Amino acid sequence: MDISGYTAIELGKAMKEGKATVQEAVEAVFAQIEKTEGLYNCFVTLEKEKALIRGARVQKKIESGELSGPLAGVPFAVKDNICTRGIRTTCSSKMLENFVPVFSADAVLRLESAGAVIIGKTNMDEFAMGSTTETSYFGPTRNPWSLEHVPGGSSGGSAAAVALGECFAALGSDTGGSIRQPASYCGVVGMKPTYGTVSRWGLIAYGSSLDQIGPLTKDVADCAAVLEAIAGHDPKDSTSMERENTDFSSALGEDVRGMRIGIPRDYLGEGLDPAVRKAVLEAARVLEKKGAVLEEFDLSLVEYAIPAYYTIAAAEASSNLERFDGVKYGYRAKEAGELHQMYKQTRTQGFGAEVKRRIMLGSFVLSSGYYDAYYLKALKVKKLIKKAFDSAFAKYDLILGPVAPTTAPKLGESLSDPIKMYLGDIYTIAVNLAGLPAISLPCGHDHKGLPIGLQIIGNCFQEKTLLRAAYAYEQTLKQEEQTYGKTI
Amino acid sequence: MADLISDKTIEYVGILAKLELTGQEKEQAKKDMGRMLDYIEIMNRLDTKNIEPMTHVFPLRNVFREDVVANSDESEKMLENAPECQNNMFAVPRTFEA
Repeated sequence: MDISGYTAIELGKAMKEGKATVQEAVEAVFAQIEKTEGLYNCFVTLEKEKALIRGARVQKKIESGELSGPLAGVPFAVKDNICTRGIRTTCSSKMLENFVPVFSADAVLRLESAGAVIIGKTNMDEFAMGSTTETSYFGPTRNPWSLEHVPGGSSGGSAAAVALGECFAALGSDTGGSIRQPASYCGVVGMKPTYGTVSRWGLIAYGSSLDQIGPLTKDVADCAAVLEAIAGHDPKDSTSMERENTDFSSALGEDVRGMRIGIPRDYLGEGLDPAVRKAVLEAARVLEKKGAVLEEFDLSLVEYAIPAYYTIAAAEASSNLERFDGVKYGYRAKEAGELHQMYKQTRTQGFGAEVKRRIMLGSFVLSSGYYDAYYLKALKVKKLIKKAFDSAFAKYDLILGPVAPTTAPKLGESLSDPIKMYLGDIYTIAVNLAGLPAISLPCGHDHKGLPIGLQIIGNCFQEKTLLRAAYAYEQTLKQEEQTYGKTI
Repeated sequence: MADLISDKTIEYVGILAKLELTGQEKEQAKKDMGRMLDYIEIMNRLDTKNIEPMTHVFPLRNVFREDVVANSDESEKMLENAPECQNNMFAVPRTFEA
């Protein structure tokens, strides 16, 4: 088999066994990039020379045995809101078009010390605000399954790059579904860990109380390996948790007997595409056949998650993005005469429409006179949503449902109606409000051939249960494909 | 409810957000924000009396560390990102008359 068809773990194993070199792996992804990147636009920045230089160093360490982990030598991509020392980090915004960080994010440093090799930075919605990757200053990314459709967002570049084989794994960030939804639209695996599992140090903040970095990969085993590499306590992120059970790969097994899985009726109702519903329920039955116990239940409060989320995320964004004022880094308006004018013109010219929309909404809900009615109200709703999940997890080990109500929309159809676009986040967003871990994995295709995603949600710190169920489902699917041929 | 967003409000939000909007952009922002606030109002159907607002999902206490320098001096590299710098400092437009 040509190495480009390998998963990250298969590639890592081949390199350890001397059957492939890091240089070959880097050359293979750049050969693929040469073929597909012009059409799909997954990357903002590519760093072939740096990847080859670093790859040579890693190759020596693999040969000497100094690097022996599963990801040593594996070429990976990083979403462009995650800082990489010496590599331009733009957030897909004009504001940071020429920003070169002087440090790397903790997650990047951890992946690099595991021997992974950065090949470039992936396209995204500007400052991670969007669900389609169309708000990027550098133009949209296209869906690997159909050029007319969006890859999802905001980590659309990372998801599409993995699906196209332009890298073996990628990092994304998830504030309201930004890893899971593009993973679903592109037919790859994506996971948002429990809040605090991966350090946010070096992640350019959007909604700090909701943001988590996580993996986008070809399969569940790769997902567990990448998550294991990037998880860990970091004193530089005060919300980073000290937790012990981060040996996620050890959880992969097919035994789901007795596992209690709840399916929220509220996730199967109005607005859900029948093809998505059918695929998700079939996936649930696969787990049931393997011994899991399924039950439908009422999660409640689902319709309140989106308003609470957009209030909180916009409020935090308005504060976090205050720093982009043209002084220390990034774009500065040329013609401004005095300081305050310079701030205003810089921000007006440097930010795109969706970013400005959210900054204004956030400034409003935090302003005196409206703070209690909107921001505080949203924090109380968040508390109630968390409670609803707590009572669900008193009964169930996992919650299963769709990732998004539909498969990928067509390019150009989403941005004109922001509220409609926000409604597409209905199944992913509550997970961020409650700090829960959740995974998105492929579970079929619709009649257009576009991938459908299955979402499995776990209780806080229960990534292992989540990964075990996801792995069990994926293995069954792989076995069926081998027996009956690829049907989806 | 959308009439909550008056011209004055948009003007004020523009000041808070440090954004300079043209007349047309202001009209659009008024419309967008009005619609969004109408939608957010769904939350008012929910009784939240006696519910504590939750800022953080885990009961985190203040996290302290010793106030010691842990990183090396990278001021030169950092200044390379500055739109304008002078004598190892960030340079900004004039803030007051000489």
